[in-house]
Amino acid sequence: MRHRRYLTVLAAAAVVPIALSGCSGGSSGSSGDPDTLTILDYYNNEPDKTLVQETLDTCAADLGVTIDRESVPGKDLIQKVLQRSSSKTLPDVLMLDNPDVQEIAATGGLSPLSNYDVDTEGFADGIIEAATYEGELYGLAPAVNTLGLFYNVDLLEEAGIDPPETWAELKDAAAALTDGDQYGIAFSAIATYEGAWQFLPFMWTNGGDETDLDTPEVQEALQLWVDLVDDGSASNSVLNWSQADVKDQFAAGKAAMMVNGPWQIPALNETDINWDSVQVPVNEVGQTPVAPLGGEVWTVPETGDRDKQAKAAEFVECISSDDNQLALAESRYLVPTRTALSEEFVEKMPEMKSFTEQVANARSRTGKLGEDWPEAATVIYNAIQLAITGKAPVDEAFSQASEG
Amino acid sequence: MTPVTRESRQAAHESEADATRAAPVAPRRRRRFTKDNIVKAMFIVPAAIYIVLFFGYPVVKNLLMSLQEYTTKTFFTGEAPFVGIENYLTVVDSNLFWPSMTNTALFTIGSIAGQFTIGLALAVFFKRRFPLSGFLRAMLLLPWLLPLIVASATWRSIMDKDSGILNQFLTGVGLDAVPWLTSPSVALTAVIIVNIWIGIPFNLTILYGGLQDIPGELYEAGALDGATGWKAFWHITVPNLRPVVSVVLVLGVVYTLKVLDIILGMTNGGPANATQTLAIRSYQESFVNFEFGVGAAFSNILIVISLVFAVIYLRANRRAVDE
Repeated sequence: MRHRRYLTVLAAAAVVPIALSGCSGGSSGSSGDPDTLTILDYYNNEPDKTLVQETLDTCAADLGVTIDRESVPGKDLIQKVLQRSSSKTLPDVLMLDNPDVQEIAATGGLSPLSNYDVDTEGFADGIIEAATYEGELYGLAPAVNTLGLFYNVDLLEEAGIDPPETWAELKDAAAALTDGDQYGIAFSAIATYEGAWQFLPFMWTNGGDETDLDTPEVQEALQLWVDLVDDGSASNSVLNWSQADVKDQFAAGKAAMMVNGPWQIPALNETDINWDSVQVPVNEVGQTPVAPLGGEVWTVPETGDRDKQAKAAEFVECISSDDNQLALAESRYLVPTRTALSEEFVEKMPEMKSFTEQVANARSRTGKLGEDWPEAATVIYNAIQLAITGKAPVDEAFSQASEG
Repeated sequence: MTPVTRESRQAAHESEADATRAAPVAPRRRRRFTKDNIVKAMFIVPAAIYIVLFFGYPVVKNLLMSLQEYTTKTFFTGEAPFVGIENYLTVVDSNLFWPSMTNTALFTIGSIAGQFTIGLALAVFFKRRFPLSGFLRAMLLLPWLLPLIVASATWRSIMDKDSGILNQFLTGVGLDAVPWLTSPSVALTAVIIVNIWIGIPFNLTILYGGLQDIPGELYEAGALDGATGWKAFWHITVPNLRPVVSVVLVLGVVYTLKVLDIILGMTNGGPANATQTLAIRSYQESFVNFEFGVGAAFSNILIVISLVFAVIYLRANRRAVDE
């Protein structure tokens, strides 16, 4: 009998931890130590992880703090941020992809930099716009990227073709360079934000605007893509290609030109391809190429610890100091965000010339629509998919896509 | 599921018998009764807590979420105003609702039909003993062992229009290349084919097990009466396999309805929304558009559809046990 009773107690004891473990979630947010800053970013792949760590270590030494860094895969970052918001364990310093800054700022989870004495002078307009929500600046980016047109120097020389500057030249060049299983051009028209992002240089350069997608300017840009696929200059696999897939096609010699960004340069340098790049071609001579601004912004979340937030702001300022901008831009093939550094940078990195020029006029995706940008991006990639597959004529694709 | 019902029923019988036996000694009976109950409860409590925490909570939460305006702001402020059935109206109003319903139905029916037919054919084939049959059967299990995201990435490259091995084979034997993943009219078929490939091992294994349970004497007796080949299959195999078949089909439907990885990995719902299903809509609304309320509404619709089949499964199962 006695044994029985023990058994009962034991069973009860066994149940309690199970019940409790369901409630307590292990979490490491802003830590108690006043001299430790927690950092969250999405540079979880090499070499970026190490290269960014160098900058972070430099700043930690400058400020006399220790850092506790966590890197998660890019696609998990926002989910992680939201989870941590609800458990009130946001990190002291948070990296965000620039189109997400306004969305997260709108939740009230970020602290505006005007609360602290942060130097925000001299940054390119586009990146300031991207990090500004309702008149307040929420973050700084040390270096940014954008899109350009890469070309295979050997293939173009063989065919006696100059790098295209207009859409007409682009179409002719792409057609002339299409031969057997080699396509003239590759780009990403995938059904994700990546597809929308790749379309923007063409749409913006031609005067199109995301606040009104049903205009001739936007349709002309879409027509260009549809033409490239229809006449066989681009594979219709562009519908499924991510930008990494596009780079693989180019690197394998299966595409003579590609729309892509400078973050692919390290990978391209490991191949035998003799490449170069120019700005994205314009529709009519005289237009200014306008490409979207990519890159990550460092922000200070609302953690409730005033002193630490001030320290985190100093840290964010340090990441974007001139020296760190140049170091990061050089090692990661990005463009410094302080326009005054451009000249010095291009001298050091001549292969980054076209991208540096492009960044000066680059626009942020959220500049006009703010938190409503994701919706517009969805309409854009859906319209692209409808038009390239022939499910909708070009002049109806955007209205059809916007119906949801 | 089967043994649980049987055992619990048996347990119920036993405790009744216990109670009758102990009836004459009233006080003793009472004490034993409660103590027994406590001990029994102790065994049930962990399972009950587990179910409430890990099944009950998400389901109720999901239901509530579908009635709330649940956005990124909610995570920080904790505020999610109730909006009634507005999210469901958004779902039904969206242009992609009926196409995704149709796609879900086509995907499920197509996958199940393919998986089941091929799985059954292979199971019958492997019923005969021949050299290497065990090895071959093990090989056929491979798709089951592969993580779905790996399988979808592999198939995506196999089905690539230009460099995919599948089209190279087709053009090699003089056929036309098929735009597997780039044509809206073919893409759904392509993902169904891959899902069939993934589902065959499950059907094969369960049906093979069912076939092993059919006594060989039945076939011997049948053969004496002239039932061989197709006749034996229709009149001996099929009727004896029926309980297993119902289990395989219903479980297959419930699994297939919620398939996400394959489609996400191969087409991401494209091209031009040709492979959108309810599960994909739910995922995209929640984790791409961050409209958690609408995403929850989509998944609740999916849960209700699954529940219908789960009820069919439970009833079929009960009948199988009674037989």
